Amino acid sequence: MKIAVCVKQVPDSWAVKKMSGQVLDRAGVDAVLNDLDEYAIEEALRIVEANSPTKEAGEGSGHTITLISMGPDRASEALRKGLSMGADDAILITDPALAGADALTTSLVLSKAIAGAGFDIVLCGAESTDARMSVVPSMLAQRLGIAQLTCAAKVAVAGNKVSIARSIESGIENQEAAFPVILGVVEKINEPRYPSFKGIMAAKKKPITNKSLSELGLSADQVKPWSAVTNVTVLPPRSSGTKIEDSGDAGNKLADFLAEKKLI
Amino acid sequence: MSTLILIDSGTKAAAELATHAAKLGSEVIGVVVDKTTDLSRLNIASAINLNGVEPWNVAAIAEGLSQLVIEKSANAVLITSSLRGKEVAGRLAVLCNSGIITDAIEIESGASTTQSIFGGSTLVIGSVNTPCAVITMRGNSIEPNYGSGPGNTSDFSPNLSEKSKLVTQTSTEAAKKGSRPELIEAPIVISGGRGTDGDFTLVEELADTLGGAVGASRAAVDAGWVAHNLQVGQTGKTVSPQLYVALGISGAIQHLAGMQTAKVIVAVNKDPEAPIFNFADFGVVGDIKQVIPQAIAAIKSKKQG
Repeated sequence: MKIAVCVKQVPDSWAVKKMSGQVLDRAGVDAVLNDLDEYAIEEALRIVEANSPTKEAGEGSGHTITLISMGPDRASEALRKGLSMGADDAILITDPALAGADALTTSLVLSKAIAGAGFDIVLCGAESTDARMSVVPSMLAQRLGIAQLTCAAKVAVAGNKVSIARSIESGIENQEAAFPVILGVVEKINEPRYPSFKGIMAAKKKPITNKSLSELGLSADQVKPWSAVTNVTVLPPRSSGTKIEDSGDAGNKLADFLAEKKLI
Repeated sequence: MSTLILIDSGTKAAAELATHAAKLGSEVIGVVVDKTTDLSRLNIASAINLNGVEPWNVAAIAEGLSQLVIEKSANAVLITSSLRGKEVAGRLAVLCNSGIITDAIEIESGASTTQSIFGGSTLVIGSVNTPCAVITMRGNSIEPNYGSGPGNTSDFSPNLSEKSKLVTQTSTEAAKKGSRPELIEAPIVISGGRGTDGDFTLVEELADTLGGAVGASRAAVDAGWVAHNLQVGQTGKTVSPQLYVALGISGAIQHLAGMQTAKVIVAVNKDPEAPIFNFADFGVVGDIKQVIPQAIAAIKSKKQG
């Protein structure tokens, strides 16, 4: 099997985010591998392990896992993390024209890197924790004209058939499709592994191939923004109200507060 | 010119979309995928049944919508911001070469949208640069206006490509519905976190006393104490109730992102330094096992009184 995992470097999702003008302030915050993408990498490893005679990803398994990312040069750090988890190699698409790219552009660029490369499964996480649109997987499926199996809470691969339990608001939808597929996974699907020391050392030698827009057959005017922000308003922070220490009657006081606010 | 709304998530969601769409000033057309929806009270000019399209098939829904965008010269397509809705929107934006905005809470003439980001701390106003806008609207973002239903209803059978038939749905399992209100819609939400030590009895009792829904922090979900669908926060659900009660929740940024826009926030936590107290309208530093039973008794007696 040839598997791709689309990943993104994002500002640390545990850090306080703010806007810098009309875009997300990325400079003042640590950049990390999007946590939700780790579930996609983990699932790729598990699919390989379940379908490999050596029960291990990597050389000798007969399967490959390639990370694909669009981002600045420093996104290679996020890719190293994915490689240290066990992916085999990575492609990083970097171009000054891609700064501030939106989902339509991201999906266009990723689709050019994926098309024709012979991937059986293209894995994606549920969303990037910065933009949070969660539209890139379905856009990729549309652009590539391949099956979309997304929001997967369970995945099984048998031969060239992928079956998922799709977990959405209304419940579970069991769906299946044949290779090639876009496979989107949600965070409850697995527990991503921590990179081992061996994995971290091995990752240093794994190849990251850099590609520019023109190498993907795209020009700068094909990646212009599709939408524009006209105004950003930071609302005044929520202030704290009354805070009491329980000295035996806090429950009653809590009830009084709710009654006063007409919430009972 | 027209504005299309996708009817796929029930009557209330459709009424909300119709209310948002009315602000654009064009004729509002409901595109019906879920044929069980009651259209009779919707404030829409007309309805079009999308025939031959299974309600789960995002590829087929997007193809059908894209054909109607052209036929009806649509200036915007509004879709409910559900997991499926956003996928349909993503595909539609590619098919129509249209700009896309997700999770908008407001829309004005010219399809200028407002999004609430960073857990409600920042508002972003924006618009797309294309003739047609694909916009997903967050649920519960507007009080729906009802009307007298569509003036006429017609059928449309889109030309579906082979690419829209690549996925097979073999079976479905409906989400278990409890006796408590749905988390996202509930006016009162009581959530438990690490400080419950895994015992959600008091969280549930308080929820039932106040008629609220039960939620949880990621820590409680990760510990396996409650189901994932109760998680409030960045990677869980975003709620905006009249009252949010956080029991044993420290208030990590990821949790705040999912509940910060609640009207009133009450927090009970043993740790006086818990960040949740910086946001709480009423905070109690104390043990939930002591405070909550007393509060429940007092609330019950107030209700009777």
